[in-house]
Amino acid sequence: MDFKLKIWRQRDAADAGRFENYVAKGISPDASVLEMLDVINRELVAAGKDPIAFDHDCREGICGSCGLVINGGVHGPFEHNTTCELRMRRFHDGDTIVLEPFRSRAFPIIKDLVVNRTALDRIMQAGGYVTVKTGQAPEANAIPVPKKIADEAMDAAQCIGCGACVATCPNGSAMLFVAAKVSQLALLPQGKAERKERVIAMIRQMDKEGFGACSNTYACEAKCPKGISVEHIARLNREYLRAGFGSK
Amino acid sequence: MKLDPKVPSGPIEKRWSQRKFDMKLVNPSNRRKYTVIIVGTGLAGSAAAATLAEQGYKVESFSFHESPRRAHSIAAQGGINAAKNYVYDGDSVFRLFHDTVKGGDYRARESNVYRLAEVSGNIIDQCAAQGVPFAREYGGSLDTRSFGGAQLSRTFYARGQTGQQLLLGAYSALSRNIRAGGVTFHGRKEMVDLVVVDGRARGIVVRDLVTGELSTHLGHAVILATGGYGNVFYLSTNALASNASAIMKAWRKGAYLANPCYTQIHPTCIPVAGDYQSKLTLMSESLRNDGRIWVPRKGGDARSPDRIPEEDRDYYLERLYPSFGNLVPRDVASRRAKEMCDNGFGVGKTGRAVYLDFAEAIGRMGREEMQEKYGNLMDMYQEITDEDPYKVPMRIYPAMHYTMGGLWVDYQLQSTIPGLFVAGEANFSDHGANRLGASALMQGLADGYFVLPATIPDYLARTKFESVKADASEVTRVAEDAKLGIEKLMSVNGTTPVDAFHRRLGHVMWEKVGMAREKKDLEEAIEEIRRIRKDLWKDLKVTGSADDLNAEIERAARVADFIDLGELLASDALHREESCGGHFRVEHQTAEGEAKRDDEAFSYAAAWQYKGEGQAPELHKDELAFEYEIPTSRNYK
Repeated sequence: MDFKLKIWRQRDAADAGRFENYVAKGISPDASVLEMLDVINRELVAAGKDPIAFDHDCREGICGSCGLVINGGVHGPFEHNTTCELRMRRFHDGDTIVLEPFRSRAFPIIKDLVVNRTALDRIMQAGGYVTVKTGQAPEANAIPVPKKIADEAMDAAQCIGCGACVATCPNGSAMLFVAAKVSQLALLPQGKAERKERVIAMIRQMDKEGFGACSNTYACEAKCPKGISVEHIARLNREYLRAGFGSK
Repeated sequence: MKLDPKVPSGPIEKRWSQRKFDMKLVNPSNRRKYTVIIVGTGLAGSAAAATLAEQGYKVESFSFHESPRRAHSIAAQGGINAAKNYVYDGDSVFRLFHDTVKGGDYRARESNVYRLAEVSGNIIDQCAAQGVPFAREYGGSLDTRSFGGAQLSRTFYARGQTGQQLLLGAYSALSRNIRAGGVTFHGRKEMVDLVVVDGRARGIVVRDLVTGELSTHLGHAVILATGGYGNVFYLSTNALASNASAIMKAWRKGAYLANPCYTQIHPTCIPVAGDYQSKLTLMSESLRNDGRIWVPRKGGDARSPDRIPEEDRDYYLERLYPSFGNLVPRDVASRRAKEMCDNGFGVGKTGRAVYLDFAEAIGRMGREEMQEKYGNLMDMYQEITDEDPYKVPMRIYPAMHYTMGGLWVDYQLQSTIPGLFVAGEANFSDHGANRLGASALMQGLADGYFVLPATIPDYLARTKFESVKADASEVTRVAEDAKLGIEKLMSVNGTTPVDAFHRRLGHVMWEKVGMAREKKDLEEAIEEIRRIRKDLWKDLKVTGSADDLNAEIERAARVADFIDLGELLASDALHREESCGGHFRVEHQTAEGEAKRDDEAFSYAAAWQYKGEGQAPELHKDELAFEYEIPTSRNYK
């Protein structure tokens, strides 16, 4: 397949950046968007030019490293996939494809298509854990977790931390990301002890990092590679209210 | 130097507790005076960083990723073994020990393996307490499944994303300790060399992958938890950035590298489809619980699989190994698939694939239960191949997956450089010549949560540290050399991008040092690898700048190290005149095509010492003694 590509190039954080045009020829329909970029980069290097920088690693949709805006859609125009999972057969021969970095105030651009998502790590550091030191754990079966609860917690825990929810949200909100962790740990008995402190600390950090507020557009759920439900945002809101009103 | 594995004596079930008791401790108020440098944030690295920080040590954690959570442990699918015996089907610490020693084809150290089995149950406790959402029974207790190489159900899992959940558990512990100040995390920093002062590992030099800046970090001990070297084969199931540079730098500084030829080819991967492919995708081995592997009885049978009746199908694993069937260990399943395809029974366009069929399982449990158990794998397969595995059988073929070899370590996980410890896939210690499914996660976490946090304090307590000055010539020279190394790569100024060299290397490795190895092929491979090295230093082209985010430089440096590792791997395979586990020498097999070990001659770990550029490495033998397991020929029939 052949494609015309418009790709965002930006030398560094200070550079204004611009689109540049490229042509991709003879691309296998089974190749992923990133494998197409590999081909372009090999050509650029052979021609003595600076290759296009983009984040990627596992190339099977689990590490959360990759993330491009493709034809205006976060991780591409379709639902529930990562950029590395998007195969060219989903496009038409001769299509023009526009590739941009995730754009959000909290994700500054580092170079070309690479953005800084350390804000998400700092939210986790604020409270996305159960305080249990190595060696303190009770026998695993001592605390039963009904299957239904474990399954629901797993639905939330699947978050790969790619930031698609933020990039696709008109407000640049990280609510689905935060909700996934708060919800997982609020559901499980292991997370109950710190549920109040956790939700308050994570929300506070989220605000501090410059993420926007949630206005229930549900764009995040639609684009989440793991299809994490906005119901977890509802649980986050309940947890937050509970933490505010409840006794210490 | 004579290798001292520091293996404890006495009854095997008491060795680890006795050793823990014999180890020296550091007074809590003195711990913050010690800095431990940890490279890598996968299961082993994150777990060790969190635990050592909890104990009170100052931890400096490094990753070439921006976030610790991106480490490749995240991609492990199927599960983690533990000898909990929750199913009451005959499991015990001793049974897990036995299965692991046998699965590794009697090429692992008994004491290490026993310790691994011994702490396995605690790992599950620890992870459950962190909030890892393991699969549960309706009543709330933990669910398990069975995996290759075992006849019981001891594998704990979280859907097909067990590695992700365990890593996120370790990452949460790491994050908590970053917040608390015990760990300083350095993201997008790649280790480019090891600082050795007075014979001890005292620090590392890292390159900032955004600015290109080199910086030196000093401490009292260094832990490498930098993963395996599967990408020496170019195409593998590893993530693209997974590399061997950290262990190769340590090798050149004096750490021995053991058993590089023990590589694991995973039997159930999506087959190679074309040149564009950047990696191969694994379909979890757990699928072999419910999938049946077969090929048409008649070579070249062009009928679509659903039109091939039962009597024209050869369920060859069930035929050859009636008691283990589709659950034979990985090395056996891989070799048999290759053999079927070599003999013309392969399926699909390329003829390099066999069927993994779920029709029977879907009939038995229904599509819904199938979806619940394996949904994400089925979706992944469909996305990649454009075929619906609920309707047509998967096509699978073996691919490079895991490396049992790695830096040599003693029982304390210390390398031959004092103060340099190695954990997880980066070391060689526990899996012998073949790793059983669901044992990698177990080993990474055992090393990180339970072994290093006991052995590192002992090292710190027993060592009298001289103060090392950042401007001492022994220290500054390391960064200067690293700078020269990068300049050397940039200045070759040839015409060929690094990808081409990596592909060439991968091709040689797969064809001549892959699933079946032969003397003549191995000798040719070594010659060819040397040519690739020569060509790289003559014709490499790296564009862009060294003071900038530049993936080409990162890759060029990694491929240069892969070339050296590839040669060492092939030499090790050539020297090991026997077949064992993942190392299969065509010259050494039984009449039935099974691996034939030579315990007389090769019951040792081969530890290779670097002797200088262009010099042959020196072999040191770490002899294996079997006191509890009697090496026999592995029988899965």
